[in-house]
Amino acid sequence: MSRSWAVISNYSIYSATAVFALSFIVHAIETAWAVKVPAAGKSSLDYTRNGRAARIATALMILGFLLLLVGVVARGISASRAPWGNMYEFSITGALAFSGAYLAALRKYDLRWLGLLVSVSVLLTLGTAITVLYVPSAPLVPALKSEWLIIHVSTAIISGGVFLLSNVIATAYLVLDRIESKGERNEWAKRLPSLEVLDQLSYRLVAFVFPLWTFSVVSGAIWAESAWGRYWGWDPKETWAFITWVAYAAYLHARVTIGWRGRRAAWLCLFAGSTFLFNYVYINIWGTGKHTYSGL
Amino acid sequence: MSNQIQIPELDGTSLARYLWRQLTSMRTALILLLLLGIAAIPGSLFPQRTQNPMQVSDYFKNSPEQAEWLDRFWLFDVYGSPWFSAVYILLFISLIGCVLPRTIEHLKNARALPPVTPKNLSRMEHFQQWSSNGSELETARAWFKKNRFRVLETEGSISAEKGFARETGNLFFHLALILVLVGISFSSLFGMRGEAILNVGERFVNNVTSYDSLTYGKLYRDSNLQDFMLTADNFVAKYNVLTGAPEDYTLDVSLLQGEKGILEKKTMKVNSPLTIGDTRIYLQANGYSPVVTVVDSQLNVAFQGPVPFLPQDSQLRSIGAIKAPDAEPAVGFVGSFLPTYERDGANGGISVYPEALNPRLLLAAWVGDLGLDSGTPQSVYRIDTSKMQQVGLKALKPGESFVYPGGVITFEGYVQWVNISFVTDPGKKFALLGAIVAIIGLLASLFTRRRRIWIRVGENVEVAGLAKNAAPGLEEEITEFVQRLKGDK
Repeated sequence: MSRSWAVISNYSIYSATAVFALSFIVHAIETAWAVKVPAAGKSSLDYTRNGRAARIATALMILGFLLLLVGVVARGISASRAPWGNMYEFSITGALAFSGAYLAALRKYDLRWLGLLVSVSVLLTLGTAITVLYVPSAPLVPALKSEWLIIHVSTAIISGGVFLLSNVIATAYLVLDRIESKGERNEWAKRLPSLEVLDQLSYRLVAFVFPLWTFSVVSGAIWAESAWGRYWGWDPKETWAFITWVAYAAYLHARVTIGWRGRRAAWLCLFAGSTFLFNYVYINIWGTGKHTYSGL
Repeated sequence: MSNQIQIPELDGTSLARYLWRQLTSMRTALILLLLLGIAAIPGSLFPQRTQNPMQVSDYFKNSPEQAEWLDRFWLFDVYGSPWFSAVYILLFISLIGCVLPRTIEHLKNARALPPVTPKNLSRMEHFQQWSSNGSELETARAWFKKNRFRVLETEGSISAEKGFARETGNLFFHLALILVLVGISFSSLFGMRGEAILNVGERFVNNVTSYDSLTYGKLYRDSNLQDFMLTADNFVAKYNVLTGAPEDYTLDVSLLQGEKGILEKKTMKVNSPLTIGDTRIYLQANGYSPVVTVVDSQLNVAFQGPVPFLPQDSQLRSIGAIKAPDAEPAVGFVGSFLPTYERDGANGGISVYPEALNPRLLLAAWVGDLGLDSGTPQSVYRIDTSKMQQVGLKALKPGESFVYPGGVITFEGYVQWVNISFVTDPGKKFALLGAIVAIIGLLASLFTRRRRIWIRVGENVEVAGLAKNAAPGLEEEITEFVQRLKGDK
């Protein structure tokens, strides 16, 4: 029974990867089209054909998201637990959270220009997960057997997905800001939102998810108290979670209280986001301490 | 006019006031906050004494000169170092200096009414006007009441304000952080933490000498130790048959508490510690203790009993030392315990499964001065063989003996050991309360918008609003308000 669920999970993840690859290609075609048109001598962009490509790309992204969802859930069922026990599972769930955050934000904001970046990062994450990080579905080590696993890890993964999305937008801000400082935006970049919108959006994502991240750290502390006998021990993972928290707290203060906007705020946002990424990659793979469940 | 900046004469008090103002400024707080994040980094790059004392001493052994320099800057004790403390203490002073005046101000404002409606509403945001039908003021009053605005009514106009929860939440968040810090310091003053390795079958009596390591706060007294006795009755470790990864650890204990005087049976697992009064008892690591008997050349039993060995890998290959200083001649054994022994061409004996399916004890016998009387403390898992001579090597199955020049050692069998932590942490409830209040305060401050809406009714109805920090959403709210006034909804 559990074997067949594991197989279903693997096939869903493979299919999701393939669909994300297609979505990436279509996004690339869409973007390339928009770039190519002015070179062909036309004065305006051919939005009708472009729009169709964009819709197909988004539809593929949704399909990929659903397949990934099936894959993650099936993985959980096959192991009879929440599927967050090792680096492979963190990665597929992280990819799910990231694409989910993008699709959710897409409902409210016109973010289709981001699709290329989102699909390629999801594709890379899934590719790494399948080829390098894969471990067979198995039960958890004793320290992970707790209801806090679901609460702590799910909130951490969701926070991570939103932090990364905000980072991508801050990067887009910086790139466009550079383009604008040299002159006018080119035809391709004109499709992207204005600098103010990007600035606001990356801030709002952080403000939205910062309490969740706080909660994730606190729930981790509560769990650590019952598993390891202390709620805070400056374990490398804990230290970097704290650094991320402090960095985003500084970012929020800089924006709300001092009134930082634009370039400086974007750099601070990138710094804070990179501490999260560093924590995820470095501590899981090369780090020591009590959080090394990566299975590598 | 000179271009020189006039620096006022500073006496003691005004200098102090100047420094205080600098310290409590938002810019300083922000720098301190970022500094705190950066100051925490070295602690994750260098091994820390509190987490990993073994790695620190290895560092000293491998590169002593570098280690000495690092130690001068407290890089092995980052989180207790003066410079780390300086950053967070300054940050919290800055925070208190910032938050307390704001709290007083906020309490004063809590009962204050919104300011009078400005004369010229058309200058405000989202201004709209249309001709009156006479009932708008009443409708507005009802709408403000339903949406819980605080209002000030003056002849034909209403000034309404909402969103005090933003500042309230913000203040509670910062005050709660102070509570977390208070909780942590309370624990470090009144808390205690001890570790003990217990062979299954052995009894632990809670007094200072029973602990392998014991640290406690400045204001903790030995007499605060709870009165209890704990016997490790049975320990079961379940492993995954395919991968050898642990799946479950269960420790059954008998507990005798001083006050109650009754023997209770309890079960401990990794995520479910025991609680006795204000002490929590945690099941941490586990491993194997080979049971050996050493008989020396005079036929005296020089050593008998279980010796805890330290696990080295996930298959529980464990190393340890058996020391019999009173034997004639004095003898020590450097040993490896392999729970499931297999021969490996490259590495010799290895363990292929963590459960003891085919246990083997590999011994190297050393005769000479064990160095136990030299006064320098020694690890119980290692032997200082500098003044000793190796006299033999042997692999033993349970029940087998090894006759070395000078005596006989018999591998009787093995028991399992568990490492148990005993923790008293009286401040943690404050820290938890602080954390919960902080999150609630954070939610309130991030998701509440402070805004004002005005209405003046004369011949025309005039409506306008103002949102603090240009928070979004006011436009929709005013649209809804206007629709209600016009009777569209």
